[in-house]
Amino acid sequence: MKIAVCIKRVPDMETRFKIAASGTAVDAAGLKYDMSDFDGYAVETALQLNEKQGPGETVVISLGPDVVQEQLRKALSMGADRAVQLKADRVPADGLAIARALAAELQGGGYDLILFGRQAVDSANATVGPMTAELLGLPCATAVSTLEIANGRATARRDLEGAAEIVEFPLPAVVSVDEGMPRARYPSLKGIMAAKKKPLEVKPAQLGDEHITIEKLELPPERAAGRIVGEGAAAVPELVRLLHTEAKVL
Amino acid sequence: MQDFFDIDSALSEEERAVRASVRQFVDERIIPVIGDCYIEGRFPKEIVPGLAELGVFGANLPEEYGCAGLNNVSYGLIMQELERGDSGIRSFASVQGALVMYPIFAFGSDEQKKHYLPKMAAGEIIGCFGLTEPDFGSNPSGMISMAKEQTDGSWVLNGAKMWITNGSQAKVAIVWAKTNGDKSDKSIRGFIVPTDTPGFTAKDQKGKLSLRASDTSELVFQDVHLPKDAILPKSGGIKSPLMCLTQARYGISWGVIGAAMACYEEALAYSTSRVMFDKPIAGFQLQQQRLAVMLTEIVKAQLVSLHLGRLKDAGKLTPQQVSLAKRNNCDIASNVAREARRLLGANGILAEYASMRHMANLESVYTYEGTHDIHTLILGQAVTGLSAFN
Repeated sequence: MKIAVCIKRVPDMETRFKIAASGTAVDAAGLKYDMSDFDGYAVETALQLNEKQGPGETVVISLGPDVVQEQLRKALSMGADRAVQLKADRVPADGLAIARALAAELQGGGYDLILFGRQAVDSANATVGPMTAELLGLPCATAVSTLEIANGRATARRDLEGAAEIVEFPLPAVVSVDEGMPRARYPSLKGIMAAKKKPLEVKPAQLGDEHITIEKLELPPERAAGRIVGEGAAAVPELVRLLHTEAKVL
Repeated sequence: MQDFFDIDSALSEEERAVRASVRQFVDERIIPVIGDCYIEGRFPKEIVPGLAELGVFGANLPEEYGCAGLNNVSYGLIMQELERGDSGIRSFASVQGALVMYPIFAFGSDEQKKHYLPKMAAGEIIGCFGLTEPDFGSNPSGMISMAKEQTDGSWVLNGAKMWITNGSQAKVAIVWAKTNGDKSDKSIRGFIVPTDTPGFTAKDQKGKLSLRASDTSELVFQDVHLPKDAILPKSGGIKSPLMCLTQARYGISWGVIGAAMACYEEALAYSTSRVMFDKPIAGFQLQQQRLAVMLTEIVKAQLVSLHLGRLKDAGKLTPQQVSLAKRNNCDIASNVAREARRLLGANGILAEYASMRHMANLESVYTYEGTHDIHTLILGQAVTGLSAFN
């Protein structure tokens, strides 16, 4: 199958973020970056599908400045065949603009399957995948935790709150993947060497108009210190009363 | 740990990618199990296939032999990350790559290279390296193991080796022995000895208080008959095993930085969360001094090894430069580990924390592959022109 995987470069989520002087972005000083976790699942899904189903092609696509090539090469070192950077001086806050650029690249590419992570772990909008599907006029299944492909049709499971939904749809299609799909493999050292020789094409991103801008970023409020209501068994009635009347969890 | 000196800016994207991949493997597959392995005195051999798949064995040897063909800085970063997990794991990889695959690569015939290297890169054949003897540690030239050539060109090997990492699990041993009754160190040759050859025995050395997650063995050869093609044809004299040691010591100089990083990170995290006298102990001057010294020494060691790696990649490295790096970095890593353990107070003696394990491991690393003292004398000889060995 010809599979495209759209990936995003995101800061390491273990970081203690600071807000930059602009007030609209995180301070990039000292940040480490990686491929968004869910996008890693998507790359792994594509690689395993093509490994299982015989000859195919896995193409990874990322939008942004030249630094995104690092994540594209990571996907190549995992085993993707080629990469495309849709070059832009920054990643827009407007998911629709990104989806337009991706759709322009994917349109006419002959892809059987277009994979996304469920959401980027930094902005967490979960919009670009479905918007791209809409622009391409393709069926879309979001946040799938299993995916089976046979005879040009796909069956996927979506884990919902308290239930699971099994959906079926024809290919070509857009699928965003959730946990439950295989975790990204470690890029092997040979893979890292091989990635240097794989094609990485750079094209201008056709973003179009942007309608969403970030006005302001704020850190969440500091958590208030805990309260000790007493010690030993004697404190239990008071604790239960507070959990009931104040915290309202009982 | 935080890249305080922006040393990453001196690494290529490929070098950082190699480090990231091995780092993730160590975080997910080694660190969660290593404390228990250490207590049990067990090498975690279940991780060998994963390490092989990742490509760490002989990673700086050419791709035509199934290796990754990385540069020496990348190789060093691999050693750093493995030893951030445990010195025993790094030792395993050092022996496999620098002490078994390297001599086959450097001194072996084409047939030997084609037969062994791909299988060793794939972790299907584990190797060990026999140079040190019970009575000849710092003075390997004095070895008494002897191989005698037979009229048909085959060999008979007799002798014993000690402190052999991977000895009991190895399928093949690179054994260094004098030949044909000649007691000079010029007669030393290397042999590839399958460990199932009759007369070969390996026995675990018991009672170790260091490198407990690594196998260390004593090897005995009693009339071990070896075919003609067991000899490494291009090996000759004590220089050959010493060339292997230069490779391994280079990796050690990087590896111990990983152990020191693990201890520093643990100490820093502990000091900021451990509250005593109503504030985190990181707020006290004595602990800040500990952390500042640890950080400084780690940064210095990183710069020494990185520059050494660039020299090695440029083909300009000398064994004496490797001695300087091995000596310095093992020493600072030992001190960092000890200070981290002390900062951790009573908790620092538990296997739940890594610092004391690293501290105990580093006593071995300080001692093997040329003790600290021997490297001091190598440097002394290099700068004065006078040998203090004899």
